[in-house]
Amino acid sequence: MTTAPAAALARHPHDDLLRTERIPHIWCSGCGIGIVFGSLMAAITKSGLPRQDVAVVSGIGCTGRMAGYIRLDSFHTTHGRAIPFATGLQLARPQGKVIVASGDGDLLAIGGNHFIHAARRNMDLTIICVNNFNYGMTGGQLAPSTPYGAKTTTTPQGNPDEPFNFCALAAACGASYVARWTALHIRRLTNTILEAIHHRGFSFVEVVAPCPTAFGRRNKIRGALDLLRFYYDRSVVKNHIAPGEATIDFDHHLVVGKFVELDRPTFLDHYQMVNRGQVEAWPATGVDASAAGQRKAG
Amino acid sequence: MAGKAVLTGTHFMNGDEACCEGALAAGCRFFGGYPITPATEVAERMSKRLPQVGGVFIQMEDEIASMAAILGASWGGRKSMTSTSGPGFSLMMENIGLGLCTETPCVICNVQRAGPSTGLPTLVGQGDMMQARWGSHGPYEIIALCPASPQEMFDFTIRAFNLSEQFRLPVLIMADEVVGHMNERVVIPPADQIEVIDRAKPSVSPAEYLPYRPGPDGVAPMANFGDGYFMHVTGLTHDQRGYPTMTPAAQVEMTERIVGKIRNNLDRILDYETLLLDDAQVAVVAYGISARSARGAVLAAREAGLKAGLVKLNVAWPFPEQFIRELSHQVKCMIMPEINLGQMVLELERLAQGRCAVRLVAHPGGTIISPRRIVEAIGQALKERP
Ligand code: SF4
Repeated sequence: MTTAPAAALARHPHDDLLRTERIPHIWCSGCGIGIVFGSLMAAITKSGLPRQDVAVVSGIGCTGRMAGYIRLDSFHTTHGRAIPFATGLQLARPQGKVIVASGDGDLLAIGGNHFIHAARRNMDLTIICVNNFNYGMTGGQLAPSTPYGAKTTTTPQGNPDEPFNFCALAAACGASYVARWTALHIRRLTNTILEAIHHRGFSFVEVVAPCPTAFGRRNKIRGALDLLRFYYDRSVVKNHIAPGEATIDFDHHLVVGKFVELDRPTFLDHYQMVNRGQVEAWPATGVDASAAGQRKAG
Repeated sequence: MAGKAVLTGTHFMNGDEACCEGALAAGCRFFGGYPITPATEVAERMSKRLPQVGGVFIQMEDEIASMAAILGASWGGRKSMTSTSGPGFSLMMENIGLGLCTETPCVICNVQRAGPSTGLPTLVGQGDMMQARWGSHGPYEIIALCPASPQEMFDFTIRAFNLSEQFRLPVLIMADEVVGHMNERVVIPPADQIEVIDRAKPSVSPAEYLPYRPGPDGVAPMANFGDGYFMHVTGLTHDQRGYPTMTPAAQVEMTERIVGKIRNNLDRILDYETLLLDDAQVAVVAYGISARSARGAVLAAREAGLKAGLVKLNVAWPFPEQFIRELSHQVKCMIMPEINLGQMVLELERLAQGRCAVRLVAHPGGTIISPRRIVEAIGQALKERP
């Protein structure tokens, strides 16, 4: 039997993007975050962007640890505040590409207000949201994505809340790129993240991913692969449908695909236009002063 | 539209506007903020002035986002600031802690109004002084400057930026509604006469760079996003590489650094002025707008033959502990006038340790403290038996 040299064995295709000295990572075996992280690294490599021009920002949670493992300028911020931090970072250095990678609870519960406003402004950020339907790091509590009726440690009798549809929310707020895949759509996910990175404006990629440890276990889908399959088998690809119809319905269809891709000016584009005096004053059609005057006189 | 960053000349402007001009003169090129009385004028002037000098102004969705954005902008390589008042200051506390832990230079101007809660939005207070020191959780040191006039709003804002860049931390300007809204003469010197300090950049290669290895003064050189150093920045307890390290030993090393860089550099940070203190039997120690009441009181007391002197704290945090300790040996009484029900006076009591009397002249907010009340307190103190 011949053995490969240890150095060759130790190499991973993304080693140059990994802080290998920080491996092993904290994620559970069977967690979907690693797959998304792999797709993100593959997309960054494919993008051809100079490494020093890409930053990754995350909040708090299992997904939030991505920033700590990637060998780029990387920022692990406070719970829910990755997007406003990234906003400042991007506006200070607009030639750089800023990617926010975080979980559903971080981005859309505690950070929900920042999410909707950054989407509204079409801030030039790429948001990768790993949606595993619960708060994994703290042991599996209710998230804004937890399915109705699902069990978590803070909904032991079942979730009484309606979950958000993140893609519909992002589109309604003005996001100019919106897509969703499951963690088993690896090739499509990587291509989507690549597209999102190259997109100018607020791009949002939701990835439905298994958290077998905290979520699956309490909801009778214990095996990591079973949970991956559970999501994948229910998924149907429907590109460019109305985002409101891109539902996550576990009894019928978990809709995946690219729902929004628009070319519209970013916050900074508008800001520069306004400051150059290129934006017409509001309202475009002025009040007819003479008519108003007549009414007053009458 | 191009404009000048330094408006050299003599102006008549309010404190909030002077703060904005000081920031621009210091090199501030990013402002993320949320309107709040009585600090709104800082944001308004910034929204007009920043685009003139190639900067960016953004009105964020709240003060939490504002504080996060200025931290991000600072790592993007721009000097950044925000302004606020009590309710917004409360919302900023968590991310001020992130700035302290990640050693991020930036400036927060708090134009204090009367609290608690919504309080008296349009009227003066000095009730956030202990919050400035202790409001974010965990062990840290902070720097807080207390301007007492529009001129000092200009001067101290420049100093706040310089200190934040030198020592890598969020620096607070603890102003108040009266200073923010009063109009006075503000002299802006020529640009080449203004000292502007920029953060130290790493001089080693990316392979050798340790983002949190302190330099000789205890402060680590800082790389910005895009410099090619690939640093990791986290609010978790971290080692010199910036990597999360969940051990008590890492906690000791990190907190000793962020506390030590202030405690070991007091001579470069502390700033206070004295008036008629040499033979004083009573020292009035004051900050912000109350220092102007105190000055009037000390001069009136002297006219009445009372031996009073003034200590005006330009920097309230860190507190000038050694100086106050020495003062407590000299005087019979220290008096602190402040627009709250007793905050900084606790520092005087702590340092006097019973060597001299300590008296508070307090008002809970809505009005400045009349010099007459301070004169009365001086008279009273001199009558008391030692
Ligand atoms: S708790 Fe869940 S989300 Fe967190 S690492 Fe484990 S499997 Fe992944």
